[in-house]
Amino acid sequence: MTLDRKVFAGVTALALAGGVAPFLPAYPLTLLTQAVIVAVFAMSLDVLLGYTGLPSLGHAAYFGIAAYAVGILSTEHQVGLAGCLGAGLLLATATAALFGLLAIRATGTYFLMITLALGMVVWGLAFRWVSMTKGDNGIAGVPRPELGLPWSLSAPLPFFYFALVVAALAWAAMGVLVRSPFGLGLRGIRESESRMRALGYSVWLHKYLAFVISGFFAGVAGVLWAYYNGFVGPVDVQLVTSVETLLMVALGGPGTLAGPALGATLIVFLKNFVSVYTKRWLLILGAVYIGVILWAPRGVLGAFRRDAR
Amino acid sequence: MPADDWALELRDVSKAFGGLRAVDGVALAVRPGERRALIGPNGAGKTTLFNLISGELPVTTGTIALFGQDVTRAAAHRRAALGLARTFQITNLFPSLTVLENCLLAVQGLSPVKLAMHRPLTRYPRQEARARAALDEVALGDRAGATVKQLSHGEQRQLEIALALAGSPRLLLLDEPTAGLSPGESKTMAELVKRLDPAITVLLIEHDMDIALEIVRHVTVLHYGRVIADGTRDEVRASPLVREIYLGA
Ligand SMILES: Nc1ncnc2c1ncn2[C@@H]1O[C@H](COP(=O)(O)OP(=O)(O)OP(=O)(O)O)[C@@H](O)[C@H]1O
Ligand SMILES: [Mg+2]
Repeated sequence: MTLDRKVFAGVTALALAGGVAPFLPAYPLTLLTQAVIVAVFAMSLDVLLGYTGLPSLGHAAYFGIAAYAVGILSTEHQVGLAGCLGAGLLLATATAALFGLLAIRATGTYFLMITLALGMVVWGLAFRWVSMTKGDNGIAGVPRPELGLPWSLSAPLPFFYFALVVAALAWAAMGVLVRSPFGLGLRGIRESESRMRALGYSVWLHKYLAFVISGFFAGVAGVLWAYYNGFVGPVDVQLVTSVETLLMVALGGPGTLAGPALGATLIVFLKNFVSVYTKRWLLILGAVYIGVILWAPRGVLGAFRRDAR
Repeated sequence: MPADDWALELRDVSKAFGGLRAVDGVALAVRPGERRALIGPNGAGKTTLFNLISGELPVTTGTIALFGQDVTRAAAHRRAALGLARTFQITNLFPSLTVLENCLLAVQGLSPVKLAMHRPLTRYPRQEARARAALDEVALGDRAGATVKQLSHGEQRQLEIALALAGSPRLLLLDEPTAGLSPGESKTMAELVKRLDPAITVLLIEHDMDIALEIVRHVTVLHYGRVIADGTRDEVRASPLVREIYLGA
């Protein structure tokens, strides 16, 4: 698809979601809101995984840290949206900047292991630093922000539109990023690091910037999530969250932004419908993953693309 | 000639892989604008030497200077910034990107544009014009929209050269540009190298001695990591040592 058609398809999808939302019953609307937020998270991971070729297994860390920042600040200190957003994004980005220093030197499986370990550190903090995070209990009662608009974000529909607008902005920003000269460099690194070095690129710097930017957008999703869920707990930073997100990217089609958004939507709805019937969600998730690897290694979007090999 | 007049100067450069000394005490000095061939049998250490010069591998001992500047410890991308470009013996391109995107990567590699992330590529028409010009130089202009995977082997070898030329290098390392090409394609490739701007210093690895000697006047022969002969083509041809081990005569 040409760029214009991709943008058109994306805008249509957003408009469609915005258009049907008022007619949806409460539960599907909740799920759609969740899908929109998780889509931002999955797209942020894809900047690393699909575009740069870096499989991070600890991406929930940046998402979760931003969510915790919002949870703690808005409940304990009554901080408003601007403060929570600023602090959440700053902390997520700073954590990614720190962790990136440790992770980016490693490649392949080592990168996977280091990001996994760093993710576990954050999970450990969420679990053990009880005075700050309330440990296993998590932080409940996160209030929805007040924007000073006629509509209160505590109602599901206005909050959905709020999430949709933020997600659209994040999507547009990431869309420009992956199509920029810098973004082309990321794809070059995915394909051949040695050639990139020979052409004059500091591969380390490119990867590091991608890592930090990806952490920033994971933070955007984390801030939305804390407000949406009204609760932040260790589940938000645990390994399963990172793995689920990786699966969303793999399922939808890595190296595209629409793919992870589609994957996120599919997984969110699947997860909620499946859990009505069984508690074995992880088993189903695993089966889906194996299916994707076997039958659609380039994801749902990749399988339908005509330039497929 | 004073040291800083060399385009490339190697002193006592060695590279050990475990117990194997793939490059062993090599000294080499190449004048600006010179065309030099590096020949030698399989496993002689030619590619390893290129990897040392380009910074892809660190040296075990010795020093390397580019245009009078010591780069022994410099990262590969810093050496590229000094005007060094290379091609690879085993085609090393960006397989799922288009030919134009491959060339754009090469064009922006030495410019600060490579870090721009606030505007799409389409807003950089000057970069694209330069990339297209680099493609035209190797007669790949009409393949700009194809992905690398869709190119023939010969076309991929041409793109190898285009990427190296796109950054307007001062020193060009060509690692067997004719590898895997038919005799006809090899000849075209040799013509292309001969047509290059005479200001560019070229160091050429070539398996086929006839092709090498057609392009260059000066030859360095490597054997088991050591320089065993160095001189004009006639001198090298006359060397009994070279005849014995390289030409097998
Ligand atoms: N990364 C590496 N690790 C270990 N050994 C290596 C490595 N690279 C090269 N070698 C060894 O170093 C020696 C020199 O290899 P090199 O590729 O430099 O030879 P070459 O002259 O380019 O040969 P050819 O004409 O076949 O391309 C060989 O014995 C090779 O097996
Ligand atoms: Mg070689």
